[in-house]
Amino acid sequence: MSIKKFRPCGDFRTSYSSDMSLFQDKGSFYLTLFGIFLLLIAPLLFDSYIISLLIYIGFYGIAALGLNLLVGCTGQISVGHAVFFGFGAFASAWLSNKFFFPVWISIPTAAIMTAFVGLIFGIPAARVKGLYLAIATLAAQFIMEDFFSRASWFTGGVDGASAEPLKIFGFYFDTDEKYFYVVLFWLIISFLMVSNLMRTRDGRAFLAVRDHYLSAEMMGINLTKYRILSFGISSLFAGLGGALYGHYLNFVSIEEFNIQLSIFFLAMIIIGGLGSIRGSLMGAAFMVLLPEVMDALTRLLSDTSIDQALSLSSAIPFIKEASIGLVIILFLIFEPNGLAYRWGQIRAWFKLYPFSY
Amino acid sequence: MALDFLIQLLVNGFIIGLLYGVVAMAFVLIYKSSLVVNFAQGEFLLIGAWACWWLLAKFSLPFYLAFIFTLVFMTIFGILIQLIILRPLIGEPIISIIMVTIGLSIFFQALMNWMFGVFVEPFPKIFSTESVNLLGLEVQTVYIMSGLISLLIMISFAIFFKKSRLGLAMRATAFDQQAAQSLGVSVKQVFSAAWGISAIVSAVAGIVFGIVNGISSGIAFMGIKVFPAVILGGLDSVLGAILGGLVIGLLEHFAHYLDVQYLNVGNMIRIAPFYVLLIILMIKPYGFFGTKDIERV
Repeated sequence: MSIKKFRPCGDFRTSYSSDMSLFQDKGSFYLTLFGIFLLLIAPLLFDSYIISLLIYIGFYGIAALGLNLLVGCTGQISVGHAVFFGFGAFASAWLSNKFFFPVWISIPTAAIMTAFVGLIFGIPAARVKGLYLAIATLAAQFIMEDFFSRASWFTGGVDGASAEPLKIFGFYFDTDEKYFYVVLFWLIISFLMVSNLMRTRDGRAFLAVRDHYLSAEMMGINLTKYRILSFGISSLFAGLGGALYGHYLNFVSIEEFNIQLSIFFLAMIIIGGLGSIRGSLMGAAFMVLLPEVMDALTRLLSDTSIDQALSLSSAIPFIKEASIGLVIILFLIFEPNGLAYRWGQIRAWFKLYPFSY
Repeated sequence: MALDFLIQLLVNGFIIGLLYGVVAMAFVLIYKSSLVVNFAQGEFLLIGAWACWWLLAKFSLPFYLAFIFTLVFMTIFGILIQLIILRPLIGEPIISIIMVTIGLSIFFQALMNWMFGVFVEPFPKIFSTESVNLLGLEVQTVYIMSGLISLLIMISFAIFFKKSRLGLAMRATAFDQQAAQSLGVSVKQVFSAAWGISAIVSAVAGIVFGIVNGISSGIAFMGIKVFPAVILGGLDSVLGAILGGLVIGLLEHFAHYLDVQYLNVGNMIRIAPFYVLLIILMIKPYGFFGTKDIERV
């Protein structure tokens, strides 16, 4: 892996190895290492509330990464990602409760099970695309939600399923600080996996399918295979995120994996940036922090005349929900390329300062 | 007994199906003229119903006045949505358009819940008699009224598109945007008009639905139920939308009958249309009346 010392002013890659490198220059490599180091010591620095937010960002980030692979990289719109997230959570709980899998095995196993379910639900993608696919996945969302509510052998029905805390060699990951490292481990693994996937033939095939599927087919890319495969891989990460979620809360209820959660995931990747790997994490962080910010703003306004006029404090859930919708609309109109693009612009500004041309 | 129950359900299904048809028509109107898939159609119903309820309950206006005010408000609302939100997104990829309407849907649903609460509010009484006897069946007056209103909307639509200048301009734009533009049709105006009319029609459907069942955010689910109807009929066919709505209405009530009598699985009335939707998408993705998308390289 050849890493350049300085970041070039444009796209001047001259060898295949530099084109394939994960990091464009030493700077971003060290920045990533530094970020991981900061995260490793985060439990020492912050209280458990911030750590729990980071955990949420972690598993939502993994699921958003999967969805971004599907929507952003392959161009297949899915409005039913939450059911895969939910399936992962239920599958992991089911494996550990019924078959006594240790939790650290049941989490990846559940992810793989979800991938197979995703392959099945990807079959419509072989036949329909674009808008029609979005509507098909919408139908799949409602059908799977219905399945969750009636398959009590799998999900526990209306009572929900309990998920045991993670335990390795007698060591319990039961507090937020300990579980944080589990999520961080899987987060790094997932991002490495997807970054590597996008450098392979299959990853480039995904991009080709997105950009112009007819040309892709003419170049010998099997459209059906890659569309279904994309669904499978995307569900793998959704299932992984879901399994981590289930074992974090130790309880999975059938109510949570509704269409709102699916839209929440879509909002993450739109805000982060479609087709951008680091954008998925940025979007997840944005969407997890947005309700907190709205909460803080509402509390800031409490007991003022605005609060009394609009009864803000009793309307916090609605304010949070409305803010999600509003943010989606505003980002699509004013920043359709997402946060990842903006981040790149900021970095370029520093890089090229003061002669940006 | 079982037969009576079936007929009762099918009558209900027919009336609800007519309503689905009306909403589907409003949906198709937007899709056909501006190629926008409106996931926020259900919220149009909700906003229309709440606006009318608010005028009735807070200002105790007579029903016809409240109704007219609601329609005026919804026209402006629909046009404003098109101008402010959808116009900047013309030419963007389909995912952006889908997401922006989803965003609208979340936003307005939360806003309505905030303003009017999450509980079901009954409409003030409009009819004195509860139900009438029709061929030996007890049918609620509101059901008959809603059926009549739906038919009225459909007929006025047909006349509007056949006779009026704006209707013809809209059909021309849907058929070929560039040709229409070169013949002097203002495509911008047509887009706005489509949203305005769609908002009016949705509001009427929302009010009717509110009178029948009371208003709650559940009305917005009609906007999701409309997808099976439009896919069945074809996304760009007004006639297909009406027929699709009718078929879905009848079918979900038939599924409910089967469910209650034989299967006992529950929740079929809600889920059955989506199974139909998936099957239709697999075997005939452009529906029964939709135009096939033929792609050339």
